[in-house]
Amino acid sequence: MVSFAAALSPIFWGDQMVHQSELTRARLRSAWIFLAPMLIVLALVAAWPLLRTIYLGFTDANLSDPSKAQFIGFDNFLAKYEGEWSGLLVDPQWWNAVWNTVWFTVRSVTIETVLGTIVALVLNANFPGRSIVRAAVLVPWAIPTIVSAKMWGWMLHDQFGVLNTILQNLHIISAPVAWTANADTAMWAVVIVDVWKTTPFMALLILAALQMLPSDCYEAAKVDGINPIKVFFKVTLPLIRPALLVAVIFRALDSLRIFDLIYVLTSNSRDTISMSGYARQQLVDFQEVGIGSAAATLLFIVIAIITVLALTVGKVRLAEDTAR
Amino acid sequence: MNPLKLLKAIGFWLLVVVIVVYAVFPFYYAILSSMRSGSALFQVVLLPEHFDFSNYIAVFAEQPFARNILNSVIVAVSVVAVSLFLGVTAAYALGRVSFRGRGALLLMILAVSMFPQVAVLSGMFELIRRLGLYNSLPGLILANLILTLPFTVWVLTTFMRELPKELEEAAFVDGASPWIVVRRVFLPLMWPALVTTGLLAFIAAWNEFLFALTFTLSNEQRTVPVAIALITGASQHELPWGNIMAASVIVTLPLVVLVLIFQRKIVAGLTAGAVKG
Repeated sequence: MVSFAAALSPIFWGDQMVHQSELTRARLRSAWIFLAPMLIVLALVAAWPLLRTIYLGFTDANLSDPSKAQFIGFDNFLAKYEGEWSGLLVDPQWWNAVWNTVWFTVRSVTIETVLGTIVALVLNANFPGRSIVRAAVLVPWAIPTIVSAKMWGWMLHDQFGVLNTILQNLHIISAPVAWTANADTAMWAVVIVDVWKTTPFMALLILAALQMLPSDCYEAAKVDGINPIKVFFKVTLPLIRPALLVAVIFRALDSLRIFDLIYVLTSNSRDTISMSGYARQQLVDFQEVGIGSAAATLLFIVIAIITVLALTVGKVRLAEDTAR
Repeated sequence: MNPLKLLKAIGFWLLVVVIVVYAVFPFYYAILSSMRSGSALFQVVLLPEHFDFSNYIAVFAEQPFARNILNSVIVAVSVVAVSLFLGVTAAYALGRVSFRGRGALLLMILAVSMFPQVAVLSGMFELIRRLGLYNSLPGLILANLILTLPFTVWVLTTFMRELPKELEEAAFVDGASPWIVVRRVFLPLMWPALVTTGLLAFIAAWNEFLFALTFTLSNEQRTVPVAIALITGASQHELPWGNIMAASVIVTLPLVVLVLIFQRKIVAGLTAGAVKG
């Protein structure tokens, strides 16, 4: 019996191997069938529009009749007619939009990171009612951007806004401030609303990192009686730095493409218009599909470079970690 | 308790109160304002005095706001359904089958989620006009997929990868086709992930503004965010703030309730999508 089984086994094994590879091939085939619908949709709604946008940036396309578009090379970016430079790269309006966007991104991401860390540290502490506080913190995240823009637009209203009233009662300001209209404060108004809306996201990411930290080094620090602020900067911050970096990059990429908040809160005014706002203004309001697409392409390139840099840095860090 | 400890406790609770007030006050104030009309609206108060729902009635009377809500529901629900269907099938291939180019494909999908919306705006505009979908809900559904599909695929793939291998092997040995395996074996296990990604996709589609603003023309085709942004009064300088606040509360309340109910799932989904992606 034993020898019989032994004699049979190669056949059995061989059979199973054939079966296995057939199964693998069948699975591979079905994998591509399963992937196909998603890939087709993604090609239709992402790859194709992106390529067309880049192409349109090299044409003089107009919204009223895009079929008459002609290829004009780099003229939308930079061109010289009778000794006069023209194009996006010499357009002060474009550079104004670039400056606004960068100014906004740096301020708002910095403040969000600091506030987000504070909120995360509070949520990481053990206290009664913690889940209620966490729920409350999530509220701004759940509110649509347009709604938060309108809500804050009302709170920041120059005549009837609650913020002016409170600040005046506290004698911080003597006269009402036209937050969203004034050139000096309009961008700050945008930052205030954006910080309010996105700090929850930041706090959640940092909280997730905090909760993965080992508790033993904290206990050691506690036993040694080290000042908690010192513990934060010497122990916690270095440990959560990778997660913090990811969160900052995410938020920065998001801030660089801001459009809706500025469009609604400050009506795309010159003091606050972003790169996305500029591109859409050219495209829709001025019907200049070519220039709008060129601006959109520049924004895309900026974001792509930052993404690639971030991914490379992340990968290097990952490699370092595994090497250690 | 020694004085220093007491001081610390007071400081901590003060911080908690400040955080909660900061987070909740703007929405609270919007609810408060939505129930005041006429000249009462222009007096700043911090506590409700009376409940006046005339703004809520006016929102529906002065514009097709019910239609806008219906539009938003249709768009968001369709986007969620399409994203989840495409996401589950793709996640099976990406999470369970190893084939050449899988890593590159995942990286490409991740790259799409980094696209600034405006970078596809003119190409999408052209596409939608060519397909005859300008100023229609199917056009918005199609456009919104670029926002929801990448992270749906990503999160579902991560989830599917974690499921034990024996599950499908047993089914395959029994002669089940991959489609049956996905439907009968994986789908029942994936409810938590589907709820999370579905909710995130719903919120993304519900809040979407740039496409909805650019690809619609008439008030009847607009979604809620565009409708709220374009509410105007008798003149440009006299915005009907009471109506705007009422509309804001109407569209936000269901969202806030959803988020509070599914708090844990959303937090898990957000951090998974971000930390791993």
